[in-house]
Amino acid sequence: MKNNENIVLEVKNLSKLFGKNKVPAFEMMKKGSDKKEVAKKLGVTVAVNDVSFQVERGKIFVLIGLSGSGKSTVVRCLNLLQKPTSGDILFEGKSILSFDKKELLEYRRHKVSMVFQSFGLMSHRNVLENVAYGLEVRGTKKAEREERAREIIQMVGLEGWEEMNISQLSGGMRQRVGIARALANDPDILLMDEPFSALDPLVRQDMQFELLSIQKKLNKTVVFITHDINEAFKLGDMVAIMKDGKIIQMDTPENMAANPVNEYVENFINSADKGQIYSVKHIMQTPSCMMRTKDGANHALKLMRDNSVSSAYVVGDKLELIGILTLDDAMKVRAGEMPMQEAIVRDILTTSEDTLISDLLAVAASAKYPIAVVDEENHLKGIVSKAAVLSSLV
Amino acid sequence: MPDWLINFPSNIKLNISDPIDRFIDYLITEWSTIFDGITNGLRLFLNSIGNVVDRIPWWLLIAIVFVLTWRMSKKIGKAILYSLLIFAIGAMGLWSLMNITLTIIIASVIISIIIGFPTGVLVSASDRLNSFVRPILDTMQTMPSFVYLIPAAMLLGLGNVPAVLATTIYAVPPLIRLTSHGIRQVDREVIEAATAFGSTKWQSLIKVKIPQAMPTIMTGVNQTIMMAISMVVTGSMIGVTGLGQEVLISINRLQAGRGFTAGIAIVIIAIVIDRLTQGIIKKGEAAIEE
Repeated sequence: MKNNENIVLEVKNLSKLFGKNKVPAFEMMKKGSDKKEVAKKLGVTVAVNDVSFQVERGKIFVLIGLSGSGKSTVVRCLNLLQKPTSGDILFEGKSILSFDKKELLEYRRHKVSMVFQSFGLMSHRNVLENVAYGLEVRGTKKAEREERAREIIQMVGLEGWEEMNISQLSGGMRQRVGIARALANDPDILLMDEPFSALDPLVRQDMQFELLSIQKKLNKTVVFITHDINEAFKLGDMVAIMKDGKIIQMDTPENMAANPVNEYVENFINSADKGQIYSVKHIMQTPSCMMRTKDGANHALKLMRDNSVSSAYVVGDKLELIGILTLDDAMKVRAGEMPMQEAIVRDILTTSEDTLISDLLAVAASAKYPIAVVDEENHLKGIVSKAAVLSSLV
Repeated sequence: MPDWLINFPSNIKLNISDPIDRFIDYLITEWSTIFDGITNGLRLFLNSIGNVVDRIPWWLLIAIVFVLTWRMSKKIGKAILYSLLIFAIGAMGLWSLMNITLTIIIASVIISIIIGFPTGVLVSASDRLNSFVRPILDTMQTMPSFVYLIPAAMLLGLGNVPAVLATTIYAVPPLIRLTSHGIRQVDREVIEAATAFGSTKWQSLIKVKIPQAMPTIMTGVNQTIMMAISMVVTGSMIGVTGLGQEVLISINRLQAGRGFTAGIAIVIIAIVIDRLTQGIIKKGEAAIEE
């Protein structure tokens, strides 16, 4: 286990079965039967099968899977809307299954709140009353809860809509109300069950951006459910793919994209827009042709010849990037037509390791030289050729 | 062909009428104090409602109908029409009879709501209770309404008081049914949301389920009122006064004009009350539906 302090939520061997013959169903599963066999023989639906994961504080944990993969059931177990059949769920090290009625109410009122796919808004209440609902049931005074609700409404960009009925709002606005309602309680964990699936693509992108910025600002821990791999890779610090009630791979988006455990995951990822997943570090190469300022033109020309390239990267003593020396200019320096310092092209394109390839596309297309990858202190980490950028998308 | 294949065999006998008679007799002899108590309570209730209804001057009632219709429909023409219709009842000389009829309807509907609404909420919470209560409600609703008059009259005597009891039994099923149905059909995610934010069962019932089910519950109230109105006429058979009695007298004396006059007055009451309650339902639905 990693640093214990940072684990907010820990799910251990969680299973959820629907139906009567749960005990024989467990026996069958132990012997290796799969979901379909159990359903056929015993009429028991295995929604979640031995799922374990940990969620770190302040991170976005994404569960992704097709419908029926059990992801919604998992998230409903996290606030006990569904009672797990077996396994344990620990919140800050304490089992939520051991909570009595009062503790469970406290947990739901203060620690965890939820955003729903079709919003789950109460249509007999206006926007303000919806957002204040969580505070109302925990007994916050009217003036206080409305003040808090107004703050949050402003944060999600719905200022001026407080007194509107839910029926007067568009889908995107409704989900903003849903998110505001969840944030009003100031929970530690935000459970989001396909919150953007019912929205059209443009609004969805808006909301994803909004969520990321809210998450940065408030540093909430988020458990996010989706069936959209692009969304998962865009939002997730950690992504778990579910199939038939099991997690089949859990990793960071980059690692998952680079090393899918099986064909299923690979196909899932292939359905994604690759530019959204791959960042520069996946396609960059070590610069083969690197020289220092004090190396002379002769050395530079030899390097270029040896590597059969037409330019060399010029770096300082600590590998900090200075510029590029082209073959033509190097010849001129050797011929004494210009000094080395003038020959170095300093105005070149750079990028960072974590830039998404999709963001680099436009620049790469018009670049004269390979793009230099540097870190925050301008140290040269690698280069990305135009060809590498374009071929990664195929 | 043997006779028993053509005519229903006469030696097979199922007698439920005797046990029912014995049961009613038993109630009358053994439980008379309780039924006297019920009678007195109902009479008190009925009289106090009657006092209120009688104290409303004719012009005030017409004004109330006018304002309510206007606020519901936003149409001045409708408001004037309904006011004129109520005015017509007075003009036909039936105002005081209408007051009696309204009193019985109001009393029955209030009792129906007091019994029906909580029962509906209870039934909504349990599938078992629901499957148990459903056939009972079906029976109560399809039983010819005047059948209730017999035990009601035997237990509580003749007049308006037993009519309230019989009317309530006849009119309460749709309210129970629609209250339960309304609560059951509240969107699952909305209920989940209420739970997820830490509502107690009571909070999610009061703050979410019942308000969300309100239009359906109001439809139940509307149906209950309509059934109460129809029962008020039937009740004249056991001596209920008011417009129903007018109809019964006309039948006995074969006075078509008098009968239709009273009938039309009942229709007017039914239409006005129906439209007003429908207006409330539509307003509620507009707020809840997306």
